[in-house]
Amino acid sequence: MTTLADAWSWLTTSAHWSGENGIGHRLAEHLFLTVVCLAVSCAIALPVALVLGHLGKGGALAVNLSNVGRAVPTFAVLVLLLLSPIGSYGQWPTIIALVLFAMPPLLTNAYVGMRGVDPDVVRAARGMGMTGRQTLTLVEVPLALPLILTGVRIAAVQLVATATVAALAGGGGLGRIITAGFNLASTPQVVAGACLVAVLALLVEGVFEGVQRLAPAGGRGSGP
Amino acid sequence: MIAPPDDCLARNEWICGAYLSTRREILTDAVVQHLQLAAVSVALGLVLALPLAVAARRWRWAAGPVLGVTTLLYTIPALAMFSLLLPVYGLSATLVVAGLVLYSLTLLVRNILAGLRAVPEETRQAARGLGYGPVRLLLAVEMPLAVPAAMAGLRIATVSAVSLVTIGAIVGHGGLGNLIYSGMNTYFKAQVLTASVLCVVIAVVADLLLLGAQRLLTPWTRGQAA
Repeated sequence: MTTLADAWSWLTTSAHWSGENGIGHRLAEHLFLTVVCLAVSCAIALPVALVLGHLGKGGALAVNLSNVGRAVPTFAVLVLLLLSPIGSYGQWPTIIALVLFAMPPLLTNAYVGMRGVDPDVVRAARGMGMTGRQTLTLVEVPLALPLILTGVRIAAVQLVATATVAALAGGGGLGRIITAGFNLASTPQVVAGACLVAVLALLVEGVFEGVQRLAPAGGRGSGP
Repeated sequence: MIAPPDDCLARNEWICGAYLSTRREILTDAVVQHLQLAAVSVALGLVLALPLAVAARRWRWAAGPVLGVTTLLYTIPALAMFSLLLPVYGLSATLVVAGLVLYSLTLLVRNILAGLRAVPEETRQAARGLGYGPVRLLLAVEMPLAVPAAMAGLRIATVSAVSLVTIGAIVGHGGLGNLIYSGMNTYFKAQVLTASVLCVVIAVVADLLLLGAQRLLTPWTRGQAA
């Protein structure tokens, strides 16, 4: 219990919140990385998944990608990028690794969601004279929305986790508080940093669960 | 004066045969540690997950808390999880195993529970009609029928564990992750690439072995999957 008390007093020391190595700056870095990389990976992965799902092609690719994403260690990719020529460009190795690991859940869930749309509904839309584009945007995407949002939620939580590991490879973010704590052999600092990361991950999960609840009723299928 | 050797190690190339032959022992040790950490974690996770899933199936009120807590644990990033366990276990291999057990628990409990829930009510009634008691029903009917779903969870848990062991490098017990970590600090390209590739190879081989085991355990599903 003393460790928790020490961690709490570390967290409540105002000196630890300011400056370049302070919690404030590290939290801002972490949030910036998460938000930017989530936006970038959504911009890349979602259109691809939606079009593939609409056409019903590339299913094996979309599903296998998430298995590959699980088998490849985040840390290994971060270090490989760091030692490659990209490594000399500041935060770029971190950003590329984050985007790479956020894409599989986005692709897989959006694709599965699109394929899960009742084919009768799609045929009815065609029968009403809707074009392929209209069917995609007005029928399939709204019906697939719950799973698309699940993918975004998993990707966001994954991003928070990957951004933490990035600290091991010299990247910014809250993970730096943990690695600095290890280097200083300061268990209170390690635990305090870990608590911050855990709370952030749970908050992100919570926020996205809230968003999913608020999603338009049409997106949740035919209610009770 | 002797000129420095002009081999791929001296040139620090990504792919280097000399690295494989000169560091064979280090690599073998790292692979063995990696396998031990992942295998022990998943095995312990399975031992803990079975009773939890059976309890959640048996008592409706237990399902919510069990799924809630394990999902909560799964959301915590690996590095933070290891760090939170530091005061309890110190810089030890036990810390890595404990963290990985908590992760595999989520995947295993969820999948075993789904498998148990998917057993058709008619099957259960037929077994009861044949005079099966609750224990025999669970062991001889429900468990075998839940094997495919449980194995799917076990495969995901194993692949994740193999990949997450690398994060154990932060406490010096990361198997191949240790080599990646030290390779990063010394800018040793061959070591980082070799260790990374070995990690993925271990994950893929483990996944295939479990798939084979599943086929052997559930002969009745063969031929169904087209």
